[in-house]
Amino acid sequence: MIREEGAPRILPGLDPLNRPFWTGGARGELLVARCGACDVWQHPPQDFCQACGGRETAPQPVSGKGRVVTFTINRQAWLPGMAVPFVLAAVELIEQAGLFLIVNIVGVDPEQVRAGMAVTVDFIAQDDIFLPVFRPDRGWEAHR
Amino acid sequence: MTDFPEKLVRITGAAQSEVARPSARPALSLTLDACLAAIERAGLRLSDIDGLSTYPGQIANGDGLSPVGSYDVMTALGLSPRWMGASTEGHAHMGAIANAIMAIASGQCRHVLVFRTVAQAAARAEVKHAGIIGGGRAVAARSWGGQSWQAPYNALSAAPMFALYANAYFRAYGATERQLGAIAVNSRAMAALNPNAIYREPITIEDYLTSRLISDPLRIFDCDTHIDGSTALILSHCDAARDSRLPPLRIEAMGLGASGLGVGLHEGDFTGMPGMAVAGRMLWSRTDMTPADLDFAQIYDGFSILTLFWMEALGLCGRGEAAAFVEGGARIGLDGEIPLNTSGGQLSAGRFHGYGHTHEACMQLWGLAGERQVRDARAGIVSNGGFGYGCLLLARD
Ligand SMILES: [Zn+2]
Repeated sequence: MIREEGAPRILPGLDPLNRPFWTGGARGELLVARCGACDVWQHPPQDFCQACGGRETAPQPVSGKGRVVTFTINRQAWLPGMAVPFVLAAVELIEQAGLFLIVNIVGVDPEQVRAGMAVTVDFIAQDDIFLPVFRPDRGWEAHR
Repeated sequence: MTDFPEKLVRITGAAQSEVARPSARPALSLTLDACLAAIERAGLRLSDIDGLSTYPGQIANGDGLSPVGSYDVMTALGLSPRWMGASTEGHAHMGAIANAIMAIASGQCRHVLVFRTVAQAAARAEVKHAGIIGGGRAVAARSWGGQSWQAPYNALSAAPMFALYANAYFRAYGATERQLGAIAVNSRAMAALNPNAIYREPITIEDYLTSRLISDPLRIFDCDTHIDGSTALILSHCDAARDSRLPPLRIEAMGLGASGLGVGLHEGDFTGMPGMAVAGRMLWSRTDMTPADLDFAQIYDGFSILTLFWMEALGLCGRGEAAAFVEGGARIGLDGEIPLNTSGGQLSAGRFHGYGHTHEACMQLWGLAGERQVRDARAGIVSNGGFGYGCLLLARD
C-alpha cells in the first residue's frame, strides 16, 4: 500500500459498478468484472457480457499480475504540484488477452520501464479510494 | 452510386473568423463573423438558412471548448431553422456534418449552416489549466464517466493517452521521432503560406527534435494549438445549389467510425485506431474514386500521431508505412504526391477542432487557397477525430 506526498489526485467518483475496482485494494484485492456464465473478464466494468450476452457479471479478484503492453513517460505537469515525470502504461492482465488497464507504473525509475515488463499490482490509498497501480514484478530484470 | 445521402448534398459556402491567442473579441462575435462570411460566400441570404448544426453544442463551463451553441447563433442572427441539432455524441467533429447531410437528404431543410467555435486561448488566459480533464475555472474534486478511467492516473490530457499508441506504433513498425516530426515541420511550412494561421514561423526537424517532450514520444510540436476562432460551412441540397456563387462541391462519400477510448475501453494492439479503419472502409465503399484520385489530404492532427494513423486508415499508404511516407516531407509538401494539411492544420493554423480541415479542403477546391494553392485541385479527403471518427471525400465537378 502506497501513501503519496504532494498534490492529491483527481479521484474517481464512485458508483455501484466501479466501486469494487476502486476500493478492492483496501483488502489487497484487484477486483475486475467477470461474467458468471462464460467467465470472460471485462474492463471497464459493466453488467452486460459482450461475449455471451449474460447480465450476471460480478467483481472477482485477479492475480494482479500483468505485463506492460505500451507506456509513455509523461513529463508535463498538468496541474500545479503534479509530480513528474510519471509513467502511464497499458497493462494487460495475465488472466485474459486484451484485458487492459491504463495505470501508472511505480516503484521504478521511469527510464527503466520497458514494453513487455512483468508487473504486479499495488495500491495508492487516498481518501476512500485504493488506486490500482503496478510495479515491476520480482525478477523483472531477468527478462530485459 | 446515387442512393447514399451525401450524394444529394453540396458544400456551397465556407469561411473562418480571425484566429488569435487570445482574441479580444467574444466567441459569439467570432462565430457570427464566420457564419455571415460563409453565407455571403454561398451567395445566400440569412432567410435562406433553414437548418443549423454544430459540434458538440454549447458546453457552458468556462473552459472555452465550445462556448457557443445553436441557440446562440439562431437568436443572434434571427434564424428560424426548420431543423437543428448538435452532435455532442456521434462521429466526433464530423458528426455535425453527417447530421446536416441527413437532414438535407431527408427533406428536413435545404441550406444548413454548420459551425464550430473554440475559445480555449481566452479560457487559458484566465485559468492556466482550463481545458485539462477536471480543469476549467475550478479543479474538480472527482472525475466521472469516461474521464474517471484516466484522471486518477494524472493523465489529465489526451496527450499521454495517445502517446501510449504512438509508442506502440513506433515499436511495431520501427518508426522514429525524426519521421513523426515531419508532420509538425510540414504543418509550419504550410502555415507560413496561410495568413490566417496562428504559428507561421517555419521550424526545422532539428528544432522539432530538441523541443520539449510532453509525454514521450510526443513533443510540444506534436500537440495542436489552442486558439480562439470559428469556422462555418454551408451545406445545401444539390437542387438548391445550382445558382451558388462558387462551384458547389460534391460530397462524394463520407465515412464514420467510433471507439470506446472516451469511456476507457482500449482495443487492439495500440498501433492504430480500429475505428478509423472502419470509417476509411465505409468512405471508399461509397465511391468509384480511389486514393489515386486525391489532389490533397486534410488529415486530423490534434496530435501528429493521429495523422499517421489516419493516413493508413484512409489507404493513403499501407499499414505501418505512414511514418516512412512522411519522412523528410517531400511526398506531403505542396509539390508532393499528396499535399498534407495545407492550411497548417491544427498544429500550426490552430485548433479549429476538425472544421479547419474541412474549410481548407473547400478553399483548395475553390482555388481560394492563395500562396498555398494546390494546382488544379479537383478532389481531396478530409478526416477528423481521435476518439470518434469521420471522413469526407470532396470533389469539384
Ligand atoms: Zn459471458
